[in-house]
Amino acid sequence: MDNVSFTVNENEIVAVVGESGCGKSALALSIMQLHNKQRTKIEGAIRYRDSDLVALNEAQMNKLRGKDLGMIFQESLTALNPLMTVGRQIEENLDYHTDLTKKAKKARTMELLAKVGIPLPEFTYKQYPHELSGGMRQRSMISMAIACNPSVIIADEPTTALDVTIQAQILDLLKSIQKKTHMGIILITHDLGVVAEIADRIVVMYAGQVVEMGTVLRIFKNPRHPYTRSLMNSIPSAATGQDRLHVIEGAVPSITRMPRQGCRFKDRISWIPDNTHENSPELHEVASDHWVRCSCYKHFYFQGRKEKR
Amino acid sequence: MALLNVNDLKVYFPIVGGFFRRVTDYVRAVDGVSFELHEGETYGLVGESGSGKSTAGKAIMSLNKAASGEILFGNKDITKLSGSQIKPLRRDIQMIFQDPYSSLNPKKRVLDIIAEPLRNYERMSSVEEKKVVQNYLDKVGLDSEAIHKYPHEFSGGQRQRIGIARALTLKPKLIIADEPVSALDVSVQAQVLNFLQELQEEYKLTYLFIGHDLGVIRHMCSRIGVMYRGRLVEEGTSSEIYENPRHLYTKRLIAAIPDIRPETRREKERLRNALKEEYEQTFASYFDDTGRAYDLKRISETHSVALP
Repeated sequence: MDNVSFTVNENEIVAVVGESGCGKSALALSIMQLHNKQRTKIEGAIRYRDSDLVALNEAQMNKLRGKDLGMIFQESLTALNPLMTVGRQIEENLDYHTDLTKKAKKARTMELLAKVGIPLPEFTYKQYPHELSGGMRQRSMISMAIACNPSVIIADEPTTALDVTIQAQILDLLKSIQKKTHMGIILITHDLGVVAEIADRIVVMYAGQVVEMGTVLRIFKNPRHPYTRSLMNSIPSAATGQDRLHVIEGAVPSITRMPRQGCRFKDRISWIPDNTHENSPELHEVASDHWVRCSCYKHFYFQGRKEKR
Repeated sequence: MALLNVNDLKVYFPIVGGFFRRVTDYVRAVDGVSFELHEGETYGLVGESGSGKSTAGKAIMSLNKAASGEILFGNKDITKLSGSQIKPLRRDIQMIFQDPYSSLNPKKRVLDIIAEPLRNYERMSSVEEKKVVQNYLDKVGLDSEAIHKYPHEFSGGQRQRIGIARALTLKPKLIIADEPVSALDVSVQAQVLNFLQELQEEYKLTYLFIGHDLGVIRHMCSRIGVMYRGRLVEEGTSSEIYENPRHLYTKRLIAAIPDIRPETRREKERLRNALKEEYEQTFASYFDDTGRAYDLKRISETHSVALP
């Protein structure tokens, strides 16, 4: 990741979008300070309220994790402990961050399970993760993340492994919880449909950099960066009918071969003349709260196809 | 004329338990499904996980034994054939698997992976074989040096293309694609989908496309069958299913697709909630006493729905 800055406000859903290998998950892990400290170099600051997460030590960070910052992982089967009942796992969070009595904790857990729409909380409380369906597991993971009423939740591809109907339910659930608690949500996903459905703002990442950023309404109507426009044209949807989809040339460069200089998207839009790129691309504010990196967007066009709107 | 005819197909898996591990009951994974594939078309089977769509696909490949019903390919019934009689038919029906990571043998080189079907069916010298493999690698857009590499050296999209090349070598008539793009990124997905369409035109292929991503299915398929709990609940052309769904389950499925127009968000949510209410109240009336979906009834030339 290189030079990534963005803000999440209270009661806001910010979606981080990009293909695999663009640094979305690395971003999530570094906000939670879950990356391998020996092997990473971090510069800059991650401000949460008054503290800088990068500067905190492990003990201070543990106080925040789970209490103020919650995380929902993609793979609910691997993220949950297979040897512990669902109820115990949710209580574990309460053990660390509250001094409720055993009875109160159990009551709270039941309440949480009911809140995320699990039909029989008493029953599920005693179940192990493998006994639940994917949707139910994802629900119990959400209940775990919201156990201590965090003010920020990071959801790393929360619905990618789920069926569409369940996905819609989980997204509606996140939204309704947010309505009550006013938390900020960082939603990491590669599915632009999901973004359009629930996010307020969108951050498009490519090869470790933010290439476009702004409100969802604006960016879906008027995407500027070539990468965003290409992505939007590669999703099959009603508008395309059965025409050929747009394919982005090449592939996301691997970290070791990442160009350090110039526009990182340059190689994938080779028909755009070199001199339209900036030498060290910066984010420009093209409209209020709409940022685009590099100047190549002004000259970008699709080769031999009409752009869909 | 129909290339493939599936008539009242049933696939049951036994549940064993109790004393001496007796068969106590059956999971009715596919419970009376009928559809036909016309030559050159793409037929989509959609449904949630566990609806039996993959099981139906595998039954056509005779990877699963059908409990009853018939699968007519040409004039032969696949379910009635013995192992050796099926072999020649397997040439004509090939499969593309969902997970490009587990469906390629990690110990084999690309050459051996793609040539395996050829080695099973044709006698070729290694030079000829190599030529054929090169040709297909070229078709799917991979370097000719890829031939000596191992699957782990490729990205997900490239691996999926190796899987496609393998399915093509015997010049099949029908390809069963079981969620071929659900493990891929959007841009790679676009590449593979385009490519499947190009191949279809070039080789006049027929696809049975199994998937749960309704956007992809709509993009690829001319006709669609919606499965729920082992039964087809609705069948029709792409536009009939998407614009005029009649069965409650189909409606719900369609309403759950995320729309890429953020301005329709409110309206979509309202529609979803309204449907959810309707679903809870009238759900039972769409199924018979045992919870089975009704038989499909024709409501127009191409559109049929399982309504009482």
